[in-house]
Amino acid sequence: MEGAVQNDIPGIDADCGGGMACATCHVYVKEDWFNKLPKKEDGEDDMLDMAFEPKTNSRLSCQIIVSDEIDGLEVNIPSKQA
Amino acid sequence: MNKTDALIIGAGPTGLFTAHQLKLIGLDCEVVDNLDKIGGQCIELYPDKPIYDIPAVPECTGEELTNNLINQLKPFDIKFHLGERVEEVKKDKSNWLVKTSNGKSFLTPNVIIAGGVGSFEPRKFPPTECKKFENKSLFYSVKDKNIFKGKIVSIFGGGDSALDWAVELSKECKINLIHRRDEFRGAQATVDKMQELVKSGKINLFTKYQIANVHGDQRLESIDIKHENNEIKNLKSDYVLGFFGLIMQLGPIANWGLNLNKKTIEVDTEKFETNQKGIYAVGDICNYPGKLKLILSGFHEGALAARACFKLAKPNEKYRFEFTTTSSNLLKRLGKKE
Repeated sequence: MEGAVQNDIPGIDADCGGGMACATCHVYVKEDWFNKLPKKEDGEDDMLDMAFEPKTNSRLSCQIIVSDEIDGLEVNIPSKQA
Repeated sequence: MNKTDALIIGAGPTGLFTAHQLKLIGLDCEVVDNLDKIGGQCIELYPDKPIYDIPAVPECTGEELTNNLINQLKPFDIKFHLGERVEEVKKDKSNWLVKTSNGKSFLTPNVIIAGGVGSFEPRKFPPTECKKFENKSLFYSVKDKNIFKGKIVSIFGGGDSALDWAVELSKECKINLIHRRDEFRGAQATVDKMQELVKSGKINLFTKYQIANVHGDQRLESIDIKHENNEIKNLKSDYVLGFFGLIMQLGPIANWGLNLNKKTIEVDTEKFETNQKGIYAVGDICNYPGKLKLILSGFHEGALAARACFKLAKPNEKYRFEFTTTSSNLLKRLGKKE
C-alpha cells in the first residue's frame, strides 16, 4: 500500500493511512500468491465487506507487508475502483 | 442568513474542540456536518473501539470521546446544523458566503474545515443498472419503513444496519438477506436473532452471494445474485436495501479554490490557513510537512486556527493570551465565575 501511495497508483487511496480502518486500499491477489501471504487478521474481513466488489482473493493492501518471500507479487484492483 | 465569527465544517473531535477554543477566546461559532449526529469518524467508524492515544485519557471509545467533547462544550451556546453538507463557499467582500445542501446560508469572515477525509456518503451497489432505481425501489438508508409493508425486500450487507433492518422488517415483509461471506460483523445478539428468524422461515438467507444485476421496467421486479462459484440466482424483489457502510468523499470541497494534495488541503503551520485568507483546515483533512493523522494533532491545529480567526472577526481588538486557571475572563465564559 505504501508503495502504491508513494507512486500515485490510482484506486489505492488508503484514506485511513494504512490502519485497517477503511477499505480504500482493496486489492485482488492472484490465487497462488494469495496463499503465500500471511493470513488475514481479525477485522480485515469486516473492512472488506465495505470494499468495492470484494472476492475470495480480496485483501487490504495495507495489511500486506513486503518481504523477500513475496518478491514478484502482483495484485489487481476492480476496474471501477480507480 | 446566519452571521457568525467562524463557521466550522465537520463535527468530529477536531471540529468540536476547535469550537471550544473559539468560544473560550470570545468568538461565536456554528458547526455544520453532513452526518445526522455529532462525532464524525469516531461515531461513524469506531464508536465501540477503544482509543489509547488521547493525552491524559488512558483508554476511551470513539463514543466516549465524543460525549466528553460535547460535555466540554456545555458552558457554551453553539448551534449545530446536522445532516447538511456545505455545498458552496464564495468570497463576499471581506466575508465568506457559505451555502448548505438544505439551503441555509452563512456570512462569516472565517471558515474552518475540520472535515476529516471529506463527507460520508453511502457505498453504493456496483452494477450501473442500480442507479435507475435509486431512491425509488433501491435505498441505502431507510426513511419510512411503512413503504415496505407486505413487500419482498432484499437486504445486502453483514453489519448492524443490515441485520437490524432484516430483523425489524421481517415482521411485516418477506426478507431476503444477502451477504458476501458466512460471518457477520454485527452484534452477536442480533446475529442470533437473525439466525432464529432464518430457521423459522421469516428470513431467507443467502451467504457468499453478491448483487449481479437488477431487472424491471418502471418498478423493480427482480434481482440477480451471484455466488462465489459464479452460480446466479434470480430473486423476486420489490425493494432492495444496501448497507455497505459509508465511504468518505472530498465532495464539494474540491471546488473552493483551495490548494489540494490528493484528498488533503495544504495549510501553513502558524494559522493552519489555506491559500485562501480566512479559510483554515484542521484535523485529518489538512496537510503540511510532518502531518500526523492523530486526534491530538487536530486539537493543536484547531487551537491555533481559532486564534487566527480572532483577527478577522474582531479587527479592532487585540487578542490576549490567557490561561483558564487564572483568567477571570475565561472563567466567566466557562460559567465558573459571575
